[in-house]
Amino acid sequence: MRSNEKNFGYRLWRYNGAPGELIPLLQSAQDHFGYIPRRAIKYISQVTNIPESTVYGVITFYSQFRLQPMGRNVIRLCAGTACHVSGSKLLIDTVQDELGIEVGDTTPDGLFTLFTVACIGCCSLAPVMMVNQDTHGSLTPAAVRKILREIKRRDAAHALTADTDK
Amino acid sequence: MKKILVGMGTCGLSAGAQETYDRLSALAADHPTACELGITGCIGMCYREPLVEIRDSDKRRIFGAVTPARAEEIFRACILEEGGQIGEPMLQGKAGGFDSGEEFDFIQPQERIVLRNCGLIDPESIEEYEATGGYRALRKALLEMNPVTIIEEVKASGLRGRGGAGFPTGLKWSFAAANQGSEKYVVCNADEGDPGAFMDRSILEGDPHSVLEGMIICGRAIGAGFGYIYCRAEYPLAIKRLEIALAAARAKGYLGKNVMGSGFDFEAKIKQGAGAFVCGEETALFASIEGERGMPRIRPPFPAEKGLWQKPTNNNNVETFANIPWIIERGAAAYAAFGTEKSPGTKVFALAGRVRRGGLAEVPMGTTIRDLVFKIGGGIKEGRAFKAVQMGGPSGGCIPESMADTPVDFESIPKTGAIMGSGGMVVLDDSTCMVEMARFFLDFTQSESCGKCTFCRIGTLRMLEALQRITRGEGSPEDLEKLEQLSVQIKEASLCGLGQTAPNPVQTTLRYYLDEYKAHIEEHRCPAHNCEALVEFHIDPEKCIGCTLCAKNCPVNAISGAAKAKHVIDNKTCVKCSRCISSCNFGAVYKH
Repeated sequence: MRSNEKNFGYRLWRYNGAPGELIPLLQSAQDHFGYIPRRAIKYISQVTNIPESTVYGVITFYSQFRLQPMGRNVIRLCAGTACHVSGSKLLIDTVQDELGIEVGDTTPDGLFTLFTVACIGCCSLAPVMMVNQDTHGSLTPAAVRKILREIKRRDAAHALTADTDK
Repeated sequence: MKKILVGMGTCGLSAGAQETYDRLSALAADHPTACELGITGCIGMCYREPLVEIRDSDKRRIFGAVTPARAEEIFRACILEEGGQIGEPMLQGKAGGFDSGEEFDFIQPQERIVLRNCGLIDPESIEEYEATGGYRALRKALLEMNPVTIIEEVKASGLRGRGGAGFPTGLKWSFAAANQGSEKYVVCNADEGDPGAFMDRSILEGDPHSVLEGMIICGRAIGAGFGYIYCRAEYPLAIKRLEIALAAARAKGYLGKNVMGSGFDFEAKIKQGAGAFVCGEETALFASIEGERGMPRIRPPFPAEKGLWQKPTNNNNVETFANIPWIIERGAAAYAAFGTEKSPGTKVFALAGRVRRGGLAEVPMGTTIRDLVFKIGGGIKEGRAFKAVQMGGPSGGCIPESMADTPVDFESIPKTGAIMGSGGMVVLDDSTCMVEMARFFLDFTQSESCGKCTFCRIGTLRMLEALQRITRGEGSPEDLEKLEQLSVQIKEASLCGLGQTAPNPVQTTLRYYLDEYKAHIEEHRCPAHNCEALVEFHIDPEKCIGCTLCAKNCPVNAISGAAKAKHVIDNKTCVKCSRCISSCNFGAVYKH
């Protein structure tokens, strides 16, 4: 039942015209697709009778919503005050250098997307970054590189076993 | 039976509490009769996470920085009593309070009202909340008091909104109560957006029922039947624990029709924010709940008259609601006994930044900044010099060391030019450049401005550009004039709190650190050796082991030195990209 409630199709189907449902619908679309594709905007607009332009306006207002697919691993580097004074800029430089992408971009192999966030609320462990749902604290450039390389290694190993399975 | 508890807040989890818990869980499974394993929220000592507590009848011992291996040692020594050296606990004492331990200094000056249950109970168990007196205040409010007496009690306590503005809570409730209408709303603002503040997250993760109980009491007082908790999507654990709390409260009859047989109906729902700082502003928050872009609305009409869905609404923040059950249960006088005359009670502060003991501390209002930083926070990291505290996030300001004896309350802090804000206190040391700090905050408010008011939208951008020029060493004296002028104009011409306070970081740094601005502009020098354009990069020969990594990573070949020999940076060639700092595993590269 719980999984149903978060399911995008289910939510659309259940929509009963109650006001204030646009943001939850967008959130479930993003959960479902990993981003908000063009067709989701269309579906939502048709079901709710909210113009596509307004839906688009809401999407671009909030930093949570993405119009592009994200990488398999989403890095959220905290750039809050405590992290900033503890050297988060250096960590941003490090991730950009290690992955060869800018903030907001996805690596060509689709393995990583890099974002900065205002504050994760782990200020006493600053500087902090989140990789997917895992938070890593008290980071140094070396520790960041180690975490990223470990993910790359695991992904390569996974791809290898997937190949042999075929 | 002995109990072993692991602190499982976001701070604990990011320090590795899950691994510690898993190891203990395996051990507990092997010795099922030896102990009971449980979880708890954050006690506030984030700097020593993960925390493990051993409870033996009423004796409590808390150990800090517990890795899985250390957890096993503690388990064997304390639970199985096999002996072994585990060292002194960080804190120890009885159920009533702690009395010793190497970190006792952190907890001793605190008065814990809001954080009364954080780190004590399992936040996912309503029974444990009830066992500590939970929902007794609600029973009292519903069965022994009426809306008028509830509001009178809150008024008498002198409680002021803990979200930042400090508006008297009882008065706010009386406005919403005075408006007639069949439909009213209670909104809990859990959109904790100030970078550097994390008390709301900890309260929701550590004691969600206290907030919910406060909301239901508020609903009763103002005559509202529905509550929304607007929580940041960045706090998944807080949302999960709130969901558990709501379901449990519903099952126990604290939510729903005819709450506790009183004839009062109340239902509550969680709304996830979607990431917009401005939604911390109440009218923008309402717009967001209604599914629109979170843009502030013009007041009046005030929310007490026309708020959410154009109905009378009362909006308070998480910490304010968490105070309510305590006040109702123990009475206004007990609450007002803490703090100062005009700012009664306690306040939770989030200590972070360059302080040794970063975490959450709840102290009576009127405690000085110096006591918070040195007595509780244990002073500055790495023995550096204390320079300033930044209070109130992007809306706040920097208070210099010379004013550290200022008491923290709603009267004294605004006099310094900063604001109380939600209680984030970021400690800065002498390595922090104040101009760069101001630039950092303007960068934040500039990107978070919703764009409705021209001065906030464009004025902050012009200020940011001026600050960028100054930190690059390209600033001019006119930039300082422009900053002062725009600060006043943006404050005057903005609709909501975001714009009205956005210039605060610039104004306070201009007021207390004008010499730093001038050093950047006139001498092209950054006194804190922070601004990259104005410093040189060097390699510490003591730390360099000659691994050649920095030289390999340098895009302009500015680093020379053979393998296993000390490396040197040629600052004429260097483009200051920082790749050498980020690639060095020994912390040998520094800016000066």
